[in-house]
Amino acid sequence: MANNDRTGAAAGPTKMTLKDLSVYYGNFRAVYEVTMPVYENKISALIGPSGSGKSTLLRSLNRMNELVPTARVEGEIELEGQNIYASDVDPVAVRRRVGMVFQRPNPFPKSIYDNVAYGVRLTRRMTKGELDEVVEKSLRGAALWEEVKDKLKQSGTALSGGQQQRLCIARAIAVEPEVILMDEPCSALDPVATIKVEELMQELKTRYTIVIVTHNMQQAARASDYTAMLMMRPDRAGEMIEFDETQKIFTKPSDKRTEDYVSGRFG
Amino acid sequence: MSTYLHPRALLDQEMRIIRDDILRMGSLVEEQTARSVTALKARDLGMAHQITEVDERVNALRYKIENECLRTMATQSPAASDLRAILAAMHMAVELERMADHAAGIARIVIRMGGEPLIKPLIDIPRMQMIVNEMIHASLDAYIQLDADMARRVAERDDEVDALYQQVLRELLTYMMAEAKTITGATYLLWVAHNLERIGDRVTNLCERVIFAATGELKDYKPPKNTGPKAEPKANA
Repeated sequence: MANNDRTGAAAGPTKMTLKDLSVYYGNFRAVYEVTMPVYENKISALIGPSGSGKSTLLRSLNRMNELVPTARVEGEIELEGQNIYASDVDPVAVRRRVGMVFQRPNPFPKSIYDNVAYGVRLTRRMTKGELDEVVEKSLRGAALWEEVKDKLKQSGTALSGGQQQRLCIARAIAVEPEVILMDEPCSALDPVATIKVEELMQELKTRYTIVIVTHNMQQAARASDYTAMLMMRPDRAGEMIEFDETQKIFTKPSDKRTEDYVSGRFG
Repeated sequence: MSTYLHPRALLDQEMRIIRDDILRMGSLVEEQTARSVTALKARDLGMAHQITEVDERVNALRYKIENECLRTMATQSPAASDLRAILAAMHMAVELERMADHAAGIARIVIRMGGEPLIKPLIDIPRMQMIVNEMIHASLDAYIQLDADMARRVAERDDEVDALYQQVLRELLTYMMAEAKTITGATYLLWVAHNLERIGDRVTNLCERVIFAATGELKDYKPPKNTGPKAEPKANA
């Protein structure tokens, strides 16, 4: 199972394993037979041109695609050895273990405190004191506490874009997931806020496993440990053409198409 | 005035400039090496002085190339083969500059000899120079074509240069032992041979960088053998 990767290198424990994963929207196959490992406590980046299936692949990791009518998958995704698409698995339980941060910061129109507490209240009953603790811990974990501790009752939407995105990260980690999915988390942020999120990712990976979709090659190169390169096949399905350590992908990729993409020659 | 360039077209253009400057520097080094031995053969002090002046141009090119590489890395975020080509060019510029220093070193020996007659006719030194020149030329060809196999073949020829150097060393020792008067003249020639031997070694370094640019393989292609002044000379007269 853990050896079912394409690096051949010992990379530590595998948190998730994709096996011949195809994702369909109706008759259209958006992702074509992807097999790859997601290593524990590492950051894995999904890169590739528009339409190569990166976001679809990412969303399949916590069964978020099921919210799209007509979407279905073939193949398997194992989370610690268990197929998350098995019939007896509750998608809500999967999403609790595999959290998500979206492209545009999307705080709820509620207070900063409630943004973080919202998901926790749904999953666990706890006292006000316990909840306060979780909120503080999550905001600290998202490197936002110092900036908002005196205005927890203010609306989350009043924060800057970078702060909003860190608020969304705090919200995601408040329910204590094991894996965090990030779909272009910095594309709406300025360079300073981007670096803050990237630094945060490095801290988060000591406790979580992270998978990120990014269009920014430098971000993938800077921030990730492993990189999966996706391409659109002639039938328009996204296919993974290379998976390797990020360092290798950006210095000596094996596939010519990866070479052309990371050096900016197409895409 | 300024035509719009697609960002990658700009990168391609900058990569071309770097490559052309490496080739320009390489041809200068070829010429300097060949002329240094020509100056020695003719004990042509004028030519020797000229060689030391041209060396300044080689030095300037090295800094020009380093600046171009720096700028391209800072502004174009090159990756994969572009990044390797830039790193290779930076190393090659340094190697070529040192090679030119060795050629200038030979010219300075010629100046020091001051037109004195040679203690013996030159045979192996011109042969060393010819092989070294062929190696420089071929390594630049391998660079243009990014041909790792060709680069490996060029690097292998360093053995021929090393063998000739040992031969020169042995021969000069017999002169020095036979007649103390020849020691100064023989030492000059030994220095010349040593400079050529060093140029040969540095061609193998160029080849390593070509192999790196082409394949990403980064290693000492040919570990230095126990040649040169450290070797215990056997004086078989």
